[in-house]
Amino acid sequence: MGRPNALLAGPVGRVDAREGRTYRGAPGRGPGGANARIRNVSIELLNRRFLVAATLVTGLAVLQGCGGAYPQSALHPASDFADRLDGLFMQIFWWAMGVFVVVMGALAYTIIRWRERPGATRPREMHGHALLEVGWTLAPALILVAIAIPTIRTIFVVDRPPDEPASLTLEVVGRQWWWEFRYPELGITTANEAHLPVGRRVDVRLHSADVVHSFWVPRLGGKRDVVPGRENQIWFTPDSVGVFWGQCAEYCGTAHALMGFRVVVDDSTTFDEWVAAQQAPATPPREAQARAGQGVFMSNACVSCHAIEGTVARGVFGPNLTHFGSRLTLGAGLLDNTPENLVRWIDSTQTVKPGNHMPEVALTEQQVQQLVTYLLSLR
Amino acid sequence: MATAEARVPGTPGLEHTGGTYSGGVWSWLTTVDHKRIAIMYFVTGFVFLLVAGLEAQAIRVQLAHSDLRILNPDLYNQLFTMHGTTMVFFAGMPLIVAFFNFVVPLQIGARDVAFPRLNAFSYWTLLFAGLFLYVGFGLSLAGVCNCAPDGGWFAYQPLTGPEYSPGPGLDFYILSLLLAGVGSIAGGVNFFVTIVNMRAPGLKFMRLPLFTWMTLIVSILILLAFPPFTVGLVFMLFDRTFGTHFYGAAAGADPVLWQHLFWVFGHPEVYILILPAFGVVSDVIPTFSKKSLFGYPVVVFSGGLIGFLGFGVWVHHMFAVGLGPIVNAVFGGATMLIAIPTGIKIFNWIATMWGGQIRFRTPMLFAVGLLATFTIGGLSGVMHSSPPSDLQQTDTYFVVAHFHYVLVGGTVMGLFAGMYYWFPKATGRLLSERLGRWHFWLTMVALNTTFFPMHFSGLLGMPRRTFTYSAGLGLDVFNLISTLGALLFTVSLLPLFANLWRAWRRGEPAGPNPWDAPTLEWTTSSPPPHYNFAVTPRVARRDPLWHPHVEPGLAWAGELEPGGVSPRLQPEVPPDPVHMPDPSYWPLVMAIGMLVATVGALGSLPVVLGGAALTLFGLFGWAFEPPERGGH
Repeated sequence: MGRPNALLAGPVGRVDAREGRTYRGAPGRGPGGANARIRNVSIELLNRRFLVAATLVTGLAVLQGCGGAYPQSALHPASDFADRLDGLFMQIFWWAMGVFVVVMGALAYTIIRWRERPGATRPREMHGHALLEVGWTLAPALILVAIAIPTIRTIFVVDRPPDEPASLTLEVVGRQWWWEFRYPELGITTANEAHLPVGRRVDVRLHSADVVHSFWVPRLGGKRDVVPGRENQIWFTPDSVGVFWGQCAEYCGTAHALMGFRVVVDDSTTFDEWVAAQQAPATPPREAQARAGQGVFMSNACVSCHAIEGTVARGVFGPNLTHFGSRLTLGAGLLDNTPENLVRWIDSTQTVKPGNHMPEVALTEQQVQQLVTYLLSLR
Repeated sequence: MATAEARVPGTPGLEHTGGTYSGGVWSWLTTVDHKRIAIMYFVTGFVFLLVAGLEAQAIRVQLAHSDLRILNPDLYNQLFTMHGTTMVFFAGMPLIVAFFNFVVPLQIGARDVAFPRLNAFSYWTLLFAGLFLYVGFGLSLAGVCNCAPDGGWFAYQPLTGPEYSPGPGLDFYILSLLLAGVGSIAGGVNFFVTIVNMRAPGLKFMRLPLFTWMTLIVSILILLAFPPFTVGLVFMLFDRTFGTHFYGAAAGADPVLWQHLFWVFGHPEVYILILPAFGVVSDVIPTFSKKSLFGYPVVVFSGGLIGFLGFGVWVHHMFAVGLGPIVNAVFGGATMLIAIPTGIKIFNWIATMWGGQIRFRTPMLFAVGLLATFTIGGLSGVMHSSPPSDLQQTDTYFVVAHFHYVLVGGTVMGLFAGMYYWFPKATGRLLSERLGRWHFWLTMVALNTTFFPMHFSGLLGMPRRTFTYSAGLGLDVFNLISTLGALLFTVSLLPLFANLWRAWRRGEPAGPNPWDAPTLEWTTSSPPPHYNFAVTPRVARRDPLWHPHVEPGLAWAGELEPGGVSPRLQPEVPPDPVHMPDPSYWPLVMAIGMLVATVGALGSLPVVLGGAALTLFGLFGWAFEPPERGGH
């Protein structure tokens, strides 16, 4: 199921849009500005070295070249939130590498140096050594302190909601097995694809309509569970334009694996255009094929679950389809939104995404074609 | 070991037990002998290990490439649920309890455990619980009913509640684990009392072998960890059966309650599974380095500290739940603390080998292998002890890599070390070193090939418990390597089976102490007689067998073996009459009663009542069983 490269977030790593942006560092992370930028560069170097190590260790240097980008990678941050987590992870990673080298070195030396040799006498007993033991108690303790300090600083940045609410709120409702996205300030309801403006903080409020899910867009930040009966939130400022992949990260039943979504980060002009388009009701179909498709939609089961603003379709159980044609994917991040895929989706949805709550409605081939034309005209 | 042959009795010990220890199926059904129960636990645990391993193979085949549809998602979800549940409760638990059973009474110079019939009861409930779960899975595979649990071994609410899992599958999960929990708690009591009360004279706590120490700590953990889990399961059962609302958010309850109850058990459970492996390694490394454990008190106390801290870290499984910065900071800090006693153990093991004469026999290979692989799992553990860092790792394959390094690289490696170490004691036969080395190296390669790439697939965006993944994620290569490693695991078992077969056909006699090991179990014959020790040993110091000349109380005769290697420490015939517990079928009756009640709880009140009556009947028969029918 190859995806066009246009859907990927460009080359991995820092994107040009980062240049010149003011780094909002975590408290205690340095005074910002130049220092922070140096810090960024060094973290980036660490990132690269980690990936190099990864390829070496797994012996995949060649295959990696063909692997392409990792659109759902936690190692290629594109927001302040993801950036902090990545920086903290890399710090801990290098401490762990240091410990690994020391322990493995000591182990390897010991088992080679003290192998049984023929004719050796019974070894001298050593029942303990207070100084040594205090040493190897204190050393890990100090390393852990070195990890705990930035950890706790970061916790109080990423877990404690900021005092000022952001000017943009994204309400997320997790459902078996798709995502509803609402913009309360903008009056927009959409599904499985959120658009955000670059460089502006967004407050994400998380609700569940059924079971526990977890909202996770690795390049934009850490995951947060979506728990029925609770409101959770995260907040972040995207720093790069691109399409970022997200996926439910808490097991939620049959189609858990296929509960994906996209977050599209736009520059502010593109975002404003997207908002204006989304706020408008659906354009009435003009050509005959699409009009016929609308008839199919309104006279079949589709209408009872889906809403299309500006029509009589007001269903709330399935994704809002008002601007379905403008979306990159269908089936919750599952397939590229092409006519062929949409035909497959309507014809055999239970094969494409087993267990999902959409029934396979008996339609003629012609009706399906009309329906597809109509839905893709909803831009 | 030719010299050893002379002192291996033909049918060890049987002739001294008043004729109560014959062969045949009935003798196994009614046995209360800890060594036979150990064998039953081991075989049961090993079979479940193979079954759960097979499930893992199916999972890995499905994930070999992106967008495969070999398994349908429902079957896949059942498979990972069964894999996790089986590995923890019906492979891991019985295997460690097999070692408790075989080793602990021998290490403390006792003739059996404190409550031999309770011991048999624990085994039967465990076996029945496992079979019950698999009957459900089998019925589901056969298409009879939707009886396979599919909520993950962690069974998060409300997905596993009556609304989202209406079929009986989750009831099989709940009832099976409740039944298994009964046996586990009984086992915890049994080993706690055994170690506290039945140590040989002079075997003070600070002279106990480390495996026995870790068994004591784990017994306490079992006693403290299983009750909250039981409560949580009962709540879930009530929600599903009687329409209560302990977890349902729609009625105003909080599904996160289940997460707390589950993980306040689930995290100590991890230490229940790993500390025995640490105990094995702490006994194996000194033996094969010819040098006593370095820093014995520190190793003991660090084990205790790991167990204690293990109860204060459960929220690290829930950092993404959104419990707030203070909760996450406290539990993150507590989790980091655990790295300290764990690190101490690793350093003390290395220091034990330092200056020794290391013999790389198979048990030692697995012990050193554990040090290497467990360290990797420990270090990735530190990475997600930090809550913000964990937000990118929890519920991804990075965590899958972590806990498989801990549980396969730690528990399984440790149990293999223990198996190769005590096999000669249990059977009287030696295993082949050559086949043992093959087994070790194949296991090492398979383990790292399977689980190391998962670090990358996880960090690059692969969530857990997903039956497939998109080609667009770029994770095909990592997954393919993991799958090949998993298949290699199957191959790695071949030398093990060959080795067991060979030992059974023509294994060389082991003699009482083939490894020149220092603890009490090596003073008696291999296999030990029914009564373990013809005379109760007396102990004056740690590692008594390495100090024969300063252990006047330990040696029965103090005479040197014909080969002059080690002193013979037990007479072949007990000088005094031996008092041993009689076999009893009442534990089996009572366990069957509980099984019937469990089956009835799926929906038939009369069957529940019948099972309860049979349980009570068994309890009365047990309580009023006349003592010492066989006479001694």
